Amino acid sequence: MRKPVIDLLVDNHPGVMSHITGLFSRRAFNLEGILCGPIGDRSHSRMFLMVDEQDRLPQLLKELVRLHDVQSATLRHDLDSSIFDPLQATGEIAN
Amino acid sequence: MKRNGAQIITTLIERQGIDTVTGIPGGANLPLYDALQSSNIRHILARHEQGAGFIAQGMARVTGKAQVCLGTSGPGATNLLTAIADAKLDSIPLVAITGQVPSAMIGTDAFQEVDTYGLTLPITKHNFMARSAAELLKLIPLAFELAESGRPGPIVVDVPKDIFLQETEFDAWPEPWVKPAPDDIPEAKITPIAEAIREAQRPLLYVGGGIIASNSAEDLQTLARKNNIPVTTTLMGLGVFPPEDSLSLGMLGMHGARYTNMALDEADLILAFGVRFDDRATGKVSAFCPNARIVHVDIDPSEISKIKPAHLSIAGDVGQAIRALIPQVDANPRSEWTARIAELKQNFPFEMPPNEDPMQPVNLLAALGNMLNGDTVVSTDVGQHQMWAAQILPFRHPRSFLTSGGLGTMGFGLPAAIGAALGRPHARVVCISGDGSFFMNMQELSILAELNLPVTILILNNRRLGLVRQQQELFYGERYHASQFHNVPDFVALAQAFGIEAFNLGDADDPIAALAKALESPGPCLIEAPIDPMENVFPMVAPGAANSQMITQSGAKA
Ligand SMILES: Cc1ncc(C[n+]2csc(CCOP(=O)(O)OP(=O)(O)O)c2C)c(N)n1
Repeated sequence: MRKPVIDLLVDNHPGVMSHITGLFSRRAFNLEGILCGPIGDRSHSRMFLMVDEQDRLPQLLKELVRLHDVQSATLRHDLDSSIFDPLQATGEIAN
Repeated sequence: MKRNGAQIITTLIERQGIDTVTGIPGGANLPLYDALQSSNIRHILARHEQGAGFIAQGMARVTGKAQVCLGTSGPGATNLLTAIADAKLDSIPLVAITGQVPSAMIGTDAFQEVDTYGLTLPITKHNFMARSAAELLKLIPLAFELAESGRPGPIVVDVPKDIFLQETEFDAWPEPWVKPAPDDIPEAKITPIAEAIREAQRPLLYVGGGIIASNSAEDLQTLARKNNIPVTTTLMGLGVFPPEDSLSLGMLGMHGARYTNMALDEADLILAFGVRFDDRATGKVSAFCPNARIVHVDIDPSEISKIKPAHLSIAGDVGQAIRALIPQVDANPRSEWTARIAELKQNFPFEMPPNEDPMQPVNLLAALGNMLNGDTVVSTDVGQHQMWAAQILPFRHPRSFLTSGGLGTMGFGLPAAIGAALGRPHARVVCISGDGSFFMNMQELSILAELNLPVTILILNNRRLGLVRQQQELFYGERYHASQFHNVPDFVALAQAFGIEAFNLGDADDPIAALAKALESPGPCLIEAPIDPMENVFPMVAPGAANSQMITQSGAKA
């Protein structure tokens, strides 16, 4: 089943990932997958967070937006979560 | 011009209007102390960094402005954590500046290295690690902005030692941050709320710390009186509505009066203004105000509908919302509802103790309440004494009652009282403490004596962790364990050892007169009041129970 993806635009600095993942663990919310990288002039990063569909998801989004490093947070059902599929490949990891 | 990081911090906090900071120096932050030494900023040398954190909080709670505390790396930073977490839960603006080991040594388990950034991440509104002296020009004003804007909270700026010492060239100082006027609330948001008030038969205002943070106690009173809406406050909201007003319902929740929680049960409209539906206020949430529509106004959008779904809501400044509402609601006598409130107060009053013993804690605090003037600031620790103070003392002004509401931190009272006296120089400050809590930051008696501030400390000494003992009595079959001290110091002698005037009310022929005299002492004074260890705080709602299930003095369930 397709999982929703949170599309985040964040400031790019070394602590930002901890701020995001910290919120998920503090609020006991499952984070299924993370895809993240700097964009443009590297002052910002884009994060795709694959999450579970839960009643508490709207509350989590509100709390994400509240973080100083988060510029925008959008819940997307249109993204093909197959972007996370390579994680499922169980074979050897090619070196 | 050319300055190092420490000089940049010092100048920027001074430009921000900070005249007093508090903390403890150590290896990693010595460059900052060197810069402070040649500034106009007064430094209060706390005796423990947790004390420094709460002194800064005390200043912030009485002034409404962000205040600064300092600690060195490692243990200095870890000692600050409790006060920072406490500021987070009570939405208090605080800027903590910590020293860190030099950048090149970070991650090597260097002497006094801890991951302050990682440790403070979940207990701050935001935190920073400075990576260059130049970056501090941006970070310091931003730290104040984040601390004071929106929902206030604590900010940590962790600064490696080499960054304090790094020099940088720049042309001009950045402007200090100035809090802008809050945004107007769109009319379209106000009208439906005014309409809901018009349609309601039994509306009730449930208000909290947001009214204090937005400086809107007077507007709240105007609104309540214009439309005759009774007002109940949370622990954090005490002081925003005068208790002698017939519309006052006092504090709600776990230790609220019976009539208060009963009125909430009967309300058909709850105006939840500047509150967050904390479990100590609501009791079992599904049973909280079961018959009411909920209007929720709070500055923090993530609080709206977090605990209880709101029918109408505004994520914005509660003061602005109230001021916009006032012209839109009509003058309404609400004679039926106000009569019902009077009846509830009459039939289910706050029960005073059955005897008039002046050393009974509620009687003693009631007597103290009669002695407080308009300027007095009261701080408390955490436990039975805190709840008795909240129940019985008359708070008529915002920022006159300082208590650790969200985190419930024992040890808050004394350093917060010192901070309050520093932040409001001509006010009398009374710290109401319990013996257990007092142990947790009593080292700050030393700085209190040094500063000779008008702080009166009243220790209700039951030789117990009283609130724990009460819970063991009521909910754990009287199986008392680890709630009694078998060695209790002579608090009078202890205070005297610090050079502080002190006496024991148990020795006084007339304890009330002795208490009144102590409040006139120009400097600090400690009063020990021995009390019966078996006293309980009533009424009480068991944790997790509905607010209508109150255990009362007589043991009967109301
Ligand atoms: C730092 C901290 N540790 C433990 C607790 C749990 N606790 C809550 S009230 C209480 C007893 C407080 O005793 P005391 O200060 O003597 O006040 P009393 O209840 O006797 O008035 C304890 C241990 C707490 N709130 N804070």
